[in-house]
Amino acid sequence: MILALVGNQNSGKTTLFNQLTGSNQRVGNFPGVTVDQKFGEIRFAKNCTVVDLPGIYSLRAYSNEEIITRDFILNNKPDGIINIVDATNIERNLYLTLQLIEMQIPIVLALNMMDEVRANGGTINIRVMSRELGISVVPISAAKNEGIEELINKMINDAKNKHYPKRIDFCEPGPVHRCIHAISHIVEDHAEKLGMPPRFAATKIIEGDAHIVSRLKLSQNELDMIEHSIVEMETEHGMDRDAALADMRYSFIEKLCGRTVVRPRENREYLRSVKIDSVLTNKYLAIPLFLGIMLVIFWLTFNLIGAYLSDWLALGITALTNLVDHGLIFLGINPVVKSLVVDGVFAGIGSVLGFLPIIITLFFFLSILEDSGYMARVAFVMDKLMRKIGLSGRSIVPMLIGFGCTVPAVMATRTLSSERDRKMTILLTPFVSCSAKIPIYALFTAAFFTHYKALVMIGLYLSGILTGIVVALISNRTFMRGKPVPFVMELPNYRFPAFKNVMLLMWEKARDFLQRAFTIIFIATIVIWFLQNFNLRLNLVSDSNGSLLAAIGQWIAPIFKPLGFNDWRISTALITGLTAKEAVVSTLGVLTQSTAAELPSVLSSMFTPLTAVSFLVFTLLYTPCVAAVATIRRELGSAPKAAGLVAAQCGIAWIISYVIYNLCRLILY
Amino acid sequence: MMLDQLKQGKTAVITKVGGQGALRCRLLDMGIIPKTTVTIRNIAPLGDPLEIRIRDYTLTIRREDAEKIEVEPVEE
Repeated sequence: MILALVGNQNSGKTTLFNQLTGSNQRVGNFPGVTVDQKFGEIRFAKNCTVVDLPGIYSLRAYSNEEIITRDFILNNKPDGIINIVDATNIERNLYLTLQLIEMQIPIVLALNMMDEVRANGGTINIRVMSRELGISVVPISAAKNEGIEELINKMINDAKNKHYPKRIDFCEPGPVHRCIHAISHIVEDHAEKLGMPPRFAATKIIEGDAHIVSRLKLSQNELDMIEHSIVEMETEHGMDRDAALADMRYSFIEKLCGRTVVRPRENREYLRSVKIDSVLTNKYLAIPLFLGIMLVIFWLTFNLIGAYLSDWLALGITALTNLVDHGLIFLGINPVVKSLVVDGVFAGIGSVLGFLPIIITLFFFLSILEDSGYMARVAFVMDKLMRKIGLSGRSIVPMLIGFGCTVPAVMATRTLSSERDRKMTILLTPFVSCSAKIPIYALFTAAFFTHYKALVMIGLYLSGILTGIVVALISNRTFMRGKPVPFVMELPNYRFPAFKNVMLLMWEKARDFLQRAFTIIFIATIVIWFLQNFNLRLNLVSDSNGSLLAAIGQWIAPIFKPLGFNDWRISTALITGLTAKEAVVSTLGVLTQSTAAELPSVLSSMFTPLTAVSFLVFTLLYTPCVAAVATIRRELGSAPKAAGLVAAQCGIAWIISYVIYNLCRLILY
Repeated sequence: MMLDQLKQGKTAVITKVGGQGALRCRLLDMGIIPKTTVTIRNIAPLGDPLEIRIRDYTLTIRREDAEKIEVEPVEE
């Protein structure tokens, strides 16, 4: 049996899904659905799979999320729908319910947060509501795990016995009623052939759902009759088609709630939210507090907790590597194989696992920010600023995370509600200088700009941001034009984050990263190992100067001549920077045969301050590391797009370095 | 008057919802329809968007979108 879980955003849908499935969650593709869905077996029911559909407010086909939900229900025909609604905000939540009922699939209404309604002194007459809607209604509290078994039992019962919604008519007698019925009648035969309820088809046609219209294969004559009927309704009713349907549904809901809901005089959670907001979205405090919170999260992630975990992990990997190293020597294994295992395989695993502590810690904090309701406030506070570059307030958080690490930053774009915003944010995040580039900056500023270290650092960060802004402005006017997404967003009441949700999200992100990024990073590390250790005739090299990698470095070095650094060692270091940006520094050390202490003075013989600036700007902007590229590929869902992004970044890096280098040369000489 | 001209803390009744396409449908779906009461609760620190209270929940809306909603202020 397959059940679909549908509900508004902030209705507690994820919490209910986690309660139902625990850790039996998987992400995958259902036939006929292009986007991955989360699904899992219900823990206490046999052979019962529940699919978590995106949080939506309506079934109009305007947003991607709405289309996914509509198509899943139409094409996959689940055995039942669990419609979760926030009982403290019932009017708007029931709006979606009325549309779901039209789809004629057994549906159970889960009235979530009933504990809050009761605690505030409110009541809902479940029996009358169930009778009026013609579906089962079960009060639950997803956070407290109350009423959930009853909900599932009712759902299974209704699905098994095919209890379809008993009522589909929510309109008063009048023009709207007549129009819907006339159209239902016209499309009836077409709809039934497709297994689509005629009433659902009729309202979708009135809403102008082009996909449904084309699937119904209506004749021109029928289309004319339909249009005529709608226009007649609009004139008689004095409202256009969109408003008429919304008005019809909300009128029914208002009447229903008037009879079944006793509202509390005051809602404690709301009053508490108003108090918290008087600080967190305060005119003067909001932005400093937001930056402060982000700084604390950064410090905890990259300096304290994440770094601590990373150190332990590194210690473990080093110990294991040493053990294997000694074991292989003891067994007298061929040194090439030993090098493959130790420098290739283990280094690869190490670099993949190195990201895990950061991802886990960051998502721990991010899920708290999201679940508590603060993230919506951030979007509210930062919206005006982000809109200047064609994004909405929500994008600020992934971009700030980019200062730490591009990998979790790109993963964090998943919560953005608009596809276009998501792609834009992914495109811009790599321009924000990640923390792995700091060792490169530190080395070069120490070598060339001892007196202006801070200035150069700030200059680099600002150049990255500036480039990002320019790229954003250009792409807004070219390939990212698209429809602007309305920023009409709910600000949920502040709530205490559910521990289970936080833990499951951390687990999901860690698993996701390992599954998707492992192979790519692993292969890349081994390829680099191979290139570093073998020469053109595939003989082992003793000195990395003769390696394949050096040959490639030599081959591409002329590309960098216009930027002022025509040295194969530098281009080779840039290539190894693909695996991880820190590798740029270590490769320069290896290729110049100098220790960390000698490196600054060696560099001053290879670079002038001017070419150093050019090199720094290039490293700031050129392709992100393999792990980031793998994540971008995963989140964009397309390898060609990810490759395009890498190429575009390298191009932009080259152009900007070229411009800066030559401008400075003109000014100075 | 239009919703964006309503002062912070003031309440009004919606008389007409303008706009078009996705925006208009979104507004209607969220329950912003004629005869509904709306209150301006807060304004973002940079002056935009607005935070409004409607049908027992809170919503953010940009000024450029609020400009398309006609309201009749409620005398207190």
